[in-house]
Amino acid sequence: MDFAPKPSVEEFRASIRRFIADHLTAEMVERAHRTGTFHDWDFHRTLAATGVIAEGMAGPGRATGRDPLELYVLFDELGLAGAPFYGLANAMLVAGIIEQIGSDFHIREVLPKFHSGEAIAALGYSEPGSGSDVAAAATRAERVPGHPGDEAVWLVNGQKMFTTLVHEAGYVILLTRTDPDLPKHRGLTMFLVPMDLPGIDFQAIETMGGDRTNITYFTDVHLPDRWRLGEVNGGWDVMKVALAYERGVFGNMNQGVTLLRRFAEWARTAERSDGTRLIDDPGVRRRLARIAVDNEITGLLALRPALLASQGRLPTTEGSVAKLFASEAYNRAAEACQEMAGTAGLLSPVRGDGGDWGFVDLAARDAPVTAIYGGTSEIQRNNIAEHRLGLPRAR
Amino acid sequence: MDLELTTDEKTVRDAFARFFADRCPVSVVRDAEPLGHAPALWARLRETGAPGMAVPDKHGGGGATALDLVLLMQEAGRVLAPLPLAEHLAATRTLARTPSGLAAPWFASLVDGDTVAAAAPRPARDGVARLVPGGAVADVVVALDDDQLVAVRSDAPMEAPPNHASAPLADRDLRTGERVVLADGAEAAALFARMVADWQLLTAAALGGLAARALEIGVEYTLERRQFDRPIAAFQAVQQGLADLVGPIDGVTFLTARAAWTQDEGDQAESERLASMAFLASAEVARDATYAALHYHGGYGVTLEYDIQLFFRRARGWPLVLGDPEDEYLRLADRLFGPVGAAGTEVAG
Ligand SMILES: Cc1cc2nc3c(=O)[nH]c(=O)nc-3n(C[C@H](O)[C@H](O)[C@H](O)COP(=O)(O)OP(=O)(O)OC[C@H]3O[C@@H](n4cnc5c(N)ncnc54)[C@H](O)[C@@H]3O)c2cc1C
Repeated sequence: MDFAPKPSVEEFRASIRRFIADHLTAEMVERAHRTGTFHDWDFHRTLAATGVIAEGMAGPGRATGRDPLELYVLFDELGLAGAPFYGLANAMLVAGIIEQIGSDFHIREVLPKFHSGEAIAALGYSEPGSGSDVAAAATRAERVPGHPGDEAVWLVNGQKMFTTLVHEAGYVILLTRTDPDLPKHRGLTMFLVPMDLPGIDFQAIETMGGDRTNITYFTDVHLPDRWRLGEVNGGWDVMKVALAYERGVFGNMNQGVTLLRRFAEWARTAERSDGTRLIDDPGVRRRLARIAVDNEITGLLALRPALLASQGRLPTTEGSVAKLFASEAYNRAAEACQEMAGTAGLLSPVRGDGGDWGFVDLAARDAPVTAIYGGTSEIQRNNIAEHRLGLPRAR
Repeated sequence: MDLELTTDEKTVRDAFARFFADRCPVSVVRDAEPLGHAPALWARLRETGAPGMAVPDKHGGGGATALDLVLLMQEAGRVLAPLPLAEHLAATRTLARTPSGLAAPWFASLVDGDTVAAAAPRPARDGVARLVPGGAVADVVVALDDDQLVAVRSDAPMEAPPNHASAPLADRDLRTGERVVLADGAEAAALFARMVADWQLLTAAALGGLAARALEIGVEYTLERRQFDRPIAAFQAVQQGLADLVGPIDGVTFLTARAAWTQDEGDQAESERLASMAFLASAEVARDATYAALHYHGGYGVTLEYDIQLFFRRARGWPLVLGDPEDEYLRLADRLFGPVGAAGTEVAG
């Protein structure tokens, strides 16, 4: 075992910190919180111009590219700085899928737009009737009868829930049902859908944690076959690639670290009603120490999938293990901090005051969703039970 | 950066895994109850050189890294080895840090394992170290007696008050017997803190191994036991409870290794902080894992016939000799946030 940071990765970390210091402004962070849109075009395009999206991730099937550990560090640092990075994560995810599975057309026409930061993507998996059971997607894509020899065209109808950033996206990757007669996982096809096609509409959904997401409607969208990703009825294979990326590297599991830092700093000045400092209260000290232990463990578990990928190996359940622990620990931390803050823990952030107030309330509102999106805790446990512990499939 | 064992580290681990698999089946653990000491197993362990591992080679020991010691303790923990191993290793490592410890007449015999030592993790009061782990069977006890760190040789009582973990606990008088002062004042306090950190690290490793094995036992049992015409492992409530243990067990394994690695790299303050964290986290994980694994045995879990109750009791008993974990959380907080009343220091970790 070796816990010494890799010099190349630390150099990259330093360069990302410099980039953040030079380009991330307080207004950008404030705007992200105000609008719930954790994407900032200026920041995104400046970052893209450094080549970080284009370089992509090295790994099985891709000789060149960034060390997955560096990408892990990228999201780690963006998370710690509170930078709006969802658009970046989606763009890198979809660029990665296109590189592995996309056609020459996708690589020529679309990939450069992701690489340059011109466009970002949204992820269209969840639906009103299917979330955890993502393979039950019902959004229908039917082949439109056409002239032989012409490019096939698909007629798309349906609804996607929780399409985060669709309101900024140039493309949405869309999981559709192309053959309802085949078993659930076999009748799916994935498309890369340009958002400017007629028949696409969306509506905002706001969340208690301040995230804005959307419902997206597809009504008689005529989609030429060149927008298909992967094989017809091979959508589940594409999903597997997408989920591996999502659970592996492009996550930020650092929320507990940021919260502890801010809370401990605040607790040095905050006073209880008897005039003593919060940080000197034994109950507070114990609970903060517990959070620090959880953070230490989260950090090591979160590193593992990236480390495996960096060694050219394929992470399997390691992403689930990390995500489950990190989100549950963050929820424990947010609950503890809110209680320790007492009545002050109830106060919500007031916009435009420099953003320092209300961080406890914000964390308490934000934490629950981390155990829901990207696969709920139950789904991660199912995955661990089946694939790590070798228990029978129970679904 | 690598979270996996190197080939050399695997060799160390596999050697100890084989040793304990061969020499310490669960019958040895049961036969050692209630005292919790298996002299024949200790005699076998001496043949491997393990009792002297924590002492540098220049002093006649095995010169093991902290990480090697962790690998040894994980394997010992997996089989609940009824030996005062963490205590002996922490004590001998401490003795080797001081000239008077090295000069003690029985130092070589401790390295050899002919004589057994125990590190008392809590300071003594009025010259008596209370409920010292390993204290019932150790010839030498290393303890903090007021402002002196001492090693005292006296007769091991060879009996322990009946206790939760069937551990060889005993009160030891530090003012009778052959007493060697290892250090005084601030130096004694620093050496004691270091000894406690070593003991925490080794105990964390043992608890991590214990927890990992308890989870395996839980998985094996739930795959075998059938109710409602299927293995109980097919029930989601059971699965989810078992799956919840994986992250914490993996996590403490990494954290303990990191604490050891940090000590090997020479960063003492950081390694003490990490050892405290690893200890606290491992104790909780071992507690939770053995609770769950026992619970999924149903009524059989609490019968003495089933092994899981042996794991359950040791998971609580091994760490509790340091006292209420909440007190250790407070000591950890001092490391992280500075002492109570201190002006702002950086938040470590
Ligand atoms: C802010 C936000 C952003 C999101 N962004 C995106 C996005 O960009 N793209 C996208 O496609 N999706 C997105 N999602 C959707 C997210 O992935 C789903 O909400 C999640 O997968 C859960 O699905 P569901 O909401 O339909 O809940 P359900 O699947 O209905 O689950 C409800 C409850 O039942 C439990 N449950 C379900 N199945 C099982 C089972 N087999 N065993 C045990 N328990 C079970 C769940 O754990 C959960 O507690 C987002 C969600 C939120 C809240």
